[in-house]
Amino acid sequence: MEIFFQQVVNGLSLGGIYALIALGYTMVYGIIELINFAHGDVYTLGTFFSLAILSAIGVSGEVHGPALIGIVALAVLSAMLLCGVTGVLIERLAYRRLRNAPRLAPLITAIGMSFILENVMQLWRGPSPVPFPQVIPNPSASFGGVVVSAKQVLVVGLAVVMMAALQVFIYNTKLGKAMRATAQDRDAAQLMGININTTIALTFLIGSALAGAAGFVSGVYYGTTWFFNGFEAGLKAFTAAVLGGIGNVAGAMLGGFLIGLVEAVATQYIPGGAQWSNVVVFSVLVLVLIFRPSGLLGESLPEKV
Amino acid sequence: MTPMLRLSEVRKVFGGLVALNDLSFEVAPGSIVAMIGPNGAGKSTVFNLITGVYQPTHGSIDLEGRSLRGLDTAAIASLGIARTFQNVRLFAFMSARDNVMTGRHARMRANLVDSLLHTPAQRAEEKSVRERARELLRFVGLEREADSYARNLPYGSQRRLEIARGLAGDPKLLLLDEPAAGMNPKEKESLIDLIGRIRARGVTIFLIEHDMQLVMNVSERVTVLDHGEKIAEGAPEVVRRDERVIEAYLGRADGAA
Amino acid sequence: MPARRRAAVTIIAIGVALLAFPFVDRNNAQIDFMANAGAFILLALGLNIVVGFAGLLDLGYAAFFAIGSYSYAMLASQQFGIHIPFWVMLFVASGIAAIFGILLGAPTLRLRGDYLAIVTLGFGEIVPQTFLNLEKYTNGPNGISSLDQPSLFGKAFGFSATPYYYVTLVLIALGIVVASNLQNSRLGRAWMAIREDELAARHMGINTTAAKLSAFALGASFSGLAGVVYAAKLNLVSPDEFQFNVSVLVLSMLVLGGMGNIAGVIIGSFVLSFINSFLLPQSTSLAHAAGLVNLDFTNYRFMLYGVILVLMMLFRPEGLIPSRQRKAEFHEALSDPTLAAQEQAEYSGAAAAP
Repeated sequence: MEIFFQQVVNGLSLGGIYALIALGYTMVYGIIELINFAHGDVYTLGTFFSLAILSAIGVSGEVHGPALIGIVALAVLSAMLLCGVTGVLIERLAYRRLRNAPRLAPLITAIGMSFILENVMQLWRGPSPVPFPQVIPNPSASFGGVVVSAKQVLVVGLAVVMMAALQVFIYNTKLGKAMRATAQDRDAAQLMGININTTIALTFLIGSALAGAAGFVSGVYYGTTWFFNGFEAGLKAFTAAVLGGIGNVAGAMLGGFLIGLVEAVATQYIPGGAQWSNVVVFSVLVLVLIFRPSGLLGESLPEKV
Repeated sequence: MTPMLRLSEVRKVFGGLVALNDLSFEVAPGSIVAMIGPNGAGKSTVFNLITGVYQPTHGSIDLEGRSLRGLDTAAIASLGIARTFQNVRLFAFMSARDNVMTGRHARMRANLVDSLLHTPAQRAEEKSVRERARELLRFVGLEREADSYARNLPYGSQRRLEIARGLAGDPKLLLLDEPAAGMNPKEKESLIDLIGRIRARGVTIFLIEHDMQLVMNVSERVTVLDHGEKIAEGAPEVVRRDERVIEAYLGRADGAA
Repeated sequence: MPARRRAAVTIIAIGVALLAFPFVDRNNAQIDFMANAGAFILLALGLNIVVGFAGLLDLGYAAFFAIGSYSYAMLASQQFGIHIPFWVMLFVASGIAAIFGILLGAPTLRLRGDYLAIVTLGFGEIVPQTFLNLEKYTNGPNGISSLDQPSLFGKAFGFSATPYYYVTLVLIALGIVVASNLQNSRLGRAWMAIREDELAARHMGINTTAAKLSAFALGASFSGLAGVVYAAKLNLVSPDEFQFNVSVLVLSMLVLGGMGNIAGVIIGSFVLSFINSFLLPQSTSLAHAAGLVNLDFTNYRFMLYGVILVLMMLFRPEGLIPSRQRKAEFHEALSDPTLAAQEQAEYSGAAAAP
């Protein structure tokens, strides 16, 4: 039983990262119905950006005391900012022109963007895994045999804070309302005087910034990354978004944590676990899309004739 | 005589909302029957139930005495029901000819191997279907547009092409969903003529229409639908004088559309 | 018809030139390149049936390439002591791939375009991962080596690329005939109709399930063939040859040449193969010779696929050599917001009735 709860703890930490990435997928899909394939790579960029910031200020190991908070805040915020800008640029340069194109055109473009970002990161930081400094001291506590580390607390804590902030933003601010209105009916929103281009850009900014935060968190959590990291993580996060009900912000969070749990539990309990865990997660993706494409919290819509 | 089409107590509920309430009526073979009713009365739902896009919540639909229950759209089309759509749904980027040839799909025999190898039988069939498509395009007055994309045809021609595509499979019953929508008086006149000529080919016609002039002109029987219920039925001149119809439909602004 | 005659003359001239190629150019490396490029042309022709004709965006196409290759590796090698001849394996492997095309295609039948793409991508990840994990049968990451050498009239192919080149050439010729026959047939029209408007297609009596499955099966069978030739020629299969980037590479070939157009797809495929295995390595050696030792153009491969996909979609979505249809489709949709809006409404199913 301890083993199971241990995997639950591990799964929740993984899930926090997936949930943060999934939010970007779900927000963008909600507003322009595009599977932003490059989103996973923006997340990896987040790791590399925060790594670059840490190197620039000469941090290569554990930091203690009040400086820790400052350094973590700096790394997270700059990764968020840089990723946000990247996301907005991608939307502006590629997707915006294709808003009225046949539906598969933007998806193919997004796949192209993903390959470009991956190659850029490969050229920047090389093809092999790159270590990420262990900034955060990592004491752990044992609760009846279940070990919880400081990193895990950080991952889940940061994810929850970000999500709470996002909820507040979406439901309580004017811009958030504009976003929801645009997602629901773009034409009507435009008639109400909402600037569609700005709103969509803002969606990309926020979604990509959250991926940037996830990028930092994953660097700290795994202690390493590589240019191709975002492909798998992105697919898993997309699975999470679909599982929760695409376009649904709360669903993305729920889906993220669920996928994290599935992965952790599958790794533990399937013989030869680790190497099958991806197969399990992708099977979940396939099964959800086939049997409940509207997800757990989404509503199914009838075909229009 | 077995009716061409019979709806018996057909009910359709969408998530608690009753779109059609126990609708029953018949379409006699060889006749032209119209269904009218204000917007949202459930007319298009009737077509979608007949062609198997939706399954009725309750009740049955028969074609020449044969129940359509449980059949999917393709199977129903193969039994000889063709239709047009309220907002034209042609294969936009296929030529007019290919649209009509596709309409013949269910009556063609070429299987996968024939299609792969272009067997002599396949070639002969293609040739005859092509010839048939030409004849049908001529029938609706589009013989010179055979190579144009459906998308590039003017609106009125698109509606005609949709009819030609529907006729390609030699249907017993043709469902026309607001065929006169968006047409000018001249186009309407030639549509009325076309509908007459289609019937002369032995095709039974069931149409949904807003345009009262057209309905009064072509149809032998009219069914009036309001809020998912049949409120009147009979010869056009009788229905026209029915109080409930006047109240529900003709009295309204959109009735004259 | 002079246009038709000119086309016939061109085709014959190209055919003769291709047949004569190994006699004129005796450089084995170049014939080897041509044979490999040929395998990718086969893949592109197959994917074109699925994506170009039927409009089903398959992002896991490399899975069928893997299945074709592994079929040969398992049924024509020491692995299990089974030695089915190469020529028989061409049929067997394309059949196996077609069956998997149906098995993996079936669950996607009811899905909308972009969800279908992601499910196929999921399958594309699961298949090679499965080959990797089933170590007992596939030797895992090491792959299966020492595959049987094909032979013709008792003469083994040996290590020359030339016989493979001719086999590929014949298969491509067959592939072209099959693909263009399909395009101009009852089934081909059904595919296009599904691509344009699935619901209207069903109203024509088209069994969309059967039509889509036959597209998946036929598309997969092409990559089954390509898999056998590729595996036999390389004398080895390993799971890392069938990653997502292979699926995207073949898709890029289609996008570059022009989806739905057979000639376009072949040219797009050849051009990309040429850049990939000839231009990039050659320019790298040139750069090295010029003293730029740190420059390696082959590292820009993913960038190349990405740039092709993005730029083509933005500026020439119909491809370099478009089919008439696709050209109109993309351009009119771009210039006509009503159509696109209508299309979007249909897809999302959420818009209010007009």
